[in-house]
Amino acid sequence: MVNQFFSYIFQGTSVTVAVTLVALPLGLILGLLLALLYNYGGFWVSRLAAAYSLIMRGVPPIALLFILYFLLSGRLINLTPFWAGSISLGIISSAYQMEILRGALQAVGEGQMTAARAIGMSRLQAIRYIIIPQAIRLAIPPWSNEASIVLKDSSLVYAIGVPEILRRAQQLSATTQQPFLAFGAAALIYFVLVFLVNRGLDLLAEKTKLPTSMA
Amino acid sequence: MIDTPYILQAKNLTKIYGENVIFKDISLDVHKGETIVIIGPSGTGKSTLLRCLNLLTPVNSGQIFLEGEEITAHGVDHDQVRQKIGMVFQNFLLFNHLTALGNVMIGLTKVKKMPPEKAKQKALHELERVGLADRAHHYPAQLSGGQQQRVAIARALAMDPLVMLFDEPTSALDPELIGEVLGVMEQLAHEHMTMLVVTHEMGFAREVADRIIFMEKGSIVEQGSPEDLFERPQHARTREFLGKISELYGKKEKK
Repeated sequence: MVNQFFSYIFQGTSVTVAVTLVALPLGLILGLLLALLYNYGGFWVSRLAAAYSLIMRGVPPIALLFILYFLLSGRLINLTPFWAGSISLGIISSAYQMEILRGALQAVGEGQMTAARAIGMSRLQAIRYIIIPQAIRLAIPPWSNEASIVLKDSSLVYAIGVPEILRRAQQLSATTQQPFLAFGAAALIYFVLVFLVNRGLDLLAEKTKLPTSMA
Repeated sequence: MIDTPYILQAKNLTKIYGENVIFKDISLDVHKGETIVIIGPSGTGKSTLLRCLNLLTPVNSGQIFLEGEEITAHGVDHDQVRQKIGMVFQNFLLFNHLTALGNVMIGLTKVKKMPPEKAKQKALHELERVGLADRAHHYPAQLSGGQQQRVAIARALAMDPLVMLFDEPTSALDPELIGEVLGVMEQLAHEHMTMLVVTHEMGFAREVADRIIFMEKGSIVEQGSPEDLFERPQHARTREFLGKISELYGKKEKK
């Protein structure tokens, strides 16, 4: 009985992982682009990026998800719930990832840019070879936090009918009248996934860490 | 290339930030192989002048010529110009995510598009020049301030610049580390590298400079050979400044 329970919910795990694997990288690419525009785009572009972030972060993810979902699976664009939901989550996450990366880019410091320009690098080369490699290292710990948020927020696509973990738990709860068991199993799977993601990123941070003192 | 005795020439440079005149109507001729030391009180525009000379900061008016060609003209590729002008900063500004070798190599591979193997050879050679071949695989955080600054010099030298600009290269260093950096600079001067050095190190100015420029309040007050400036300063301000500086350093030495 418990076995069947788990295996039914567990089938949703691949969907949850897939949603996260679309949303997180999409959010990273958009977030990095926005952070670069914010930091180096000049007055108006920077203002636009800031406004985007402010709006996206000021609205509950579920409300944004519904708005974006109806945009992405309407008459003009018609994506499946899976793609519409995953892309929407990625767009929502981009604002948070932008904030993380913008802080990291600023933390690298103006001096690194000056030194790069002084040996003849263009602004773009300096950003690519000098600023970003350092910013990414600084961003890993806060980014790890955002990764687990996206993973957990992937449960929101349940609201548009994507059969991920939570959706399946809800169905099971309704048919078996065992809500505690159903949602408990879902919670456990989420916990294990988040734990694995955080540990994985901790290891990455450890591996890419620069030596700090005289060795 | 236009035939000219000057590597670097500045004509009537003026820099204004908002209401503040940083420097005004500065003209400067730098001969090939010449070591010029610029001295003067803080906030006189010396550092800004260096930053303007390699186009890191735009001037408000005036012209700069590198080997006779105007680099302040419209349409000049600033990145190209900066490759030919080396710069060393007060706070080193090494790339923190790269080893000493990586710091020296990256300009060669990414800017000059040199093949990695060749770039590595050249970078190692430049590190050897500043006496740090054995520190090639250390990261900046693993190096002392003096070593970091020598790597920064090697990084600039690797680009084979026509002229090197030093912006207070020893001001951020512990006293016992100053000597190793000045030593490298002295060696460069002997190799006839063209250098423009902003510093408060009067010993270096006296020993190594071909010409000393005294700047104050955004203008060149006086310039001449070290003997002329130290022994027979023409202006009261030059005398006063040099007096204060040597008094300060005299005290330091007594400690």
